[in-house]
Amino acid sequence: MSKSSFVGLLKSLWQLFSKPARIATGALLGMGFIGGILFWGGFNWGMEATNTEEFCSGCHAPIVIEIQPTIHYTNRSGVRAICSDCHVPHAWTDKIVRKVQASKELVMHLLGTIDTPEKFEARRKHLAEREWHRLKENDSLECRNCHDFEFMDFTEQGVRAVNMHSTSLASGEKTCIDCHKGIAHSLPDMSGVEGWQ
Amino acid sequence: MKTLVSSVIASLILVTTWVTANPVANEEYVNNGGLESLRGSSELSDTKQAELIKKPIQNDQVIDRNYVHQPPLIPHDIRGYQVDIKSNKCLSCHGWKFASQVGATKVSPTHFETADGLTLSDVAPRRYFCLQCHVPQADAPPLIANDFSAVEALSASGLSN
Ligand code: HEC
Ligand code: HEC
Ligand code: HEC
Ligand code: HEC
Repeated sequence: MSKSSFVGLLKSLWQLFSKPARIATGALLGMGFIGGILFWGGFNWGMEATNTEEFCSGCHAPIVIEIQPTIHYTNRSGVRAICSDCHVPHAWTDKIVRKVQASKELVMHLLGTIDTPEKFEARRKHLAEREWHRLKENDSLECRNCHDFEFMDFTEQGVRAVNMHSTSLASGEKTCIDCHKGIAHSLPDMSGVEGWQ
Repeated sequence: MKTLVSSVIASLILVTTWVTANPVANEEYVNNGGLESLRGSSELSDTKQAELIKKPIQNDQVIDRNYVHQPPLIPHDIRGYQVDIKSNKCLSCHGWKFASQVGATKVSPTHFETADGLTLSDVAPRRYFCLQCHVPQADAPPLIANDFSAVEALSASGLSN
């Protein structure tokens, strides 16, 4: 392309976009639309990618191994609960809030608060208590996303389960996490925790 | 037609004599060091299909004891129950603090005694690891019939706890 024809092309492009013509507005809208899609897609992709077990295992490898003998890894139904099912809220706004909170984990990761088994063991109770507190506050919402009390069939449950579920749970006096601590992980030192001795 | 029938018969005879004469067909009678046990016999040369894991009994019905001082058996599933230095899931129902509220059997007072007969204020360390004495049961009929019967005081009433 010769220099003059290149300048000519620029000129005509400039005229095209500088005039408040329909095509300009159209292009602008179009670009905004496509950009929006890309941004939204990328954003949601980021949200999804940070929900996978591989992502969590980068920093929580010992936990990922620990979960394998538990009921939420293999069971008769073949349904798995992965880290994010229990630790990341489903509702979109809550999800954003938790992700922003989780950015703090990044800082703590750089500080190396749990990067050796010893450090993790020492900090574990503190972390567990934060999770218990969170689940207590939201009435075990993440458990209830899969286990809906309304649809529990007491005739199918064990005697001990029915005794507890039809009383303290039904009345709302207690919530899942009050009785089911350690359902997915080994427990920290439980001395002083309510309901344990 | 006749020739066809006779040739078929002839070939059948040939094949059967070949099969019975061939040593390969008799291989299963060769003793290759196989094992005969209550779970059937197996050859050294092949891997036997493993038995399915037996289902735990979990009907929460107290199981009769067979002799005095027998540690009672666990009539429910204990999958994932952690009993170690950090926590004791059994005591969160069977401990005295919780038993009546949960409707579980209390651990007996003997569990508070040390080897020297001192009574402690909490479960004695030698009794802390519940699963040393108390075990769950699987629904697995014994391979050899057993005619053991409990002493009359334990068996006649069918009551126990
Ligand atoms: C960059 C490393 C990193 C990744 C990736 C990561 N975490 Fe963490 N996480 C940490 C650190 C470090 C802590 C400890 C924070 C502290 O010491 O206060 C932590 C703490 C936690 C806690 C304890 C509760 C709390 O409030 O601190 C939970 C639950 C948790 N992470 C879940 C997850 C899940 C689920 C994922 C995957 C979606 C994940 N983490 C991915 C580094 C990470
Ligand atoms: C069935 C729900 C469930 C699943 C699945 C689950 N967790 Fe948890 N997690 C909990 C609960 C409940 C706690 C609070 C402590 C407890 O009760 O064990 C917790 C606590 C934690 C803690 C705090 C430290 C501790 O051990 O208490 C971390 C870190 C954590 N989870 C990470 C993970 C990671 C990583 C995965 C995926 C491999 C995962 N969790 C899967 C329910 C779950
Ligand atoms: C992703 C869905 C999902 C989530 C979230 C979830 N569970 Fe589960 N849970 C399951 C499935 C599936 C099973 C196994 C069902 C079966 O086959 O018996 C199960 C089984 C259980 C059992 C039965 C244990 C046993 O040994 O029989 C308990 C108790 C339980 N969950 C508690 C919880 C608690 C407490 C939470 C919240 C911290 C939770 N679950 C979160 C899906 C989930
Ligand atoms: C007051 C205590 C208590 C509360 C609250 C409670 N559970 Fe349970 N749950 C039990 C006991 C006890 C068992 C039977 C023993 C066991 O599995 O450890 C049980 C058993 C279960 C089982 C297995 C069913 C069976 O037949 O064994 C599931 C699934 C379960 N709970 C889910 C939940 C969920 C989800 C919630 C909250 C909506 C909840 N539980 C709240 C005490 C409780």
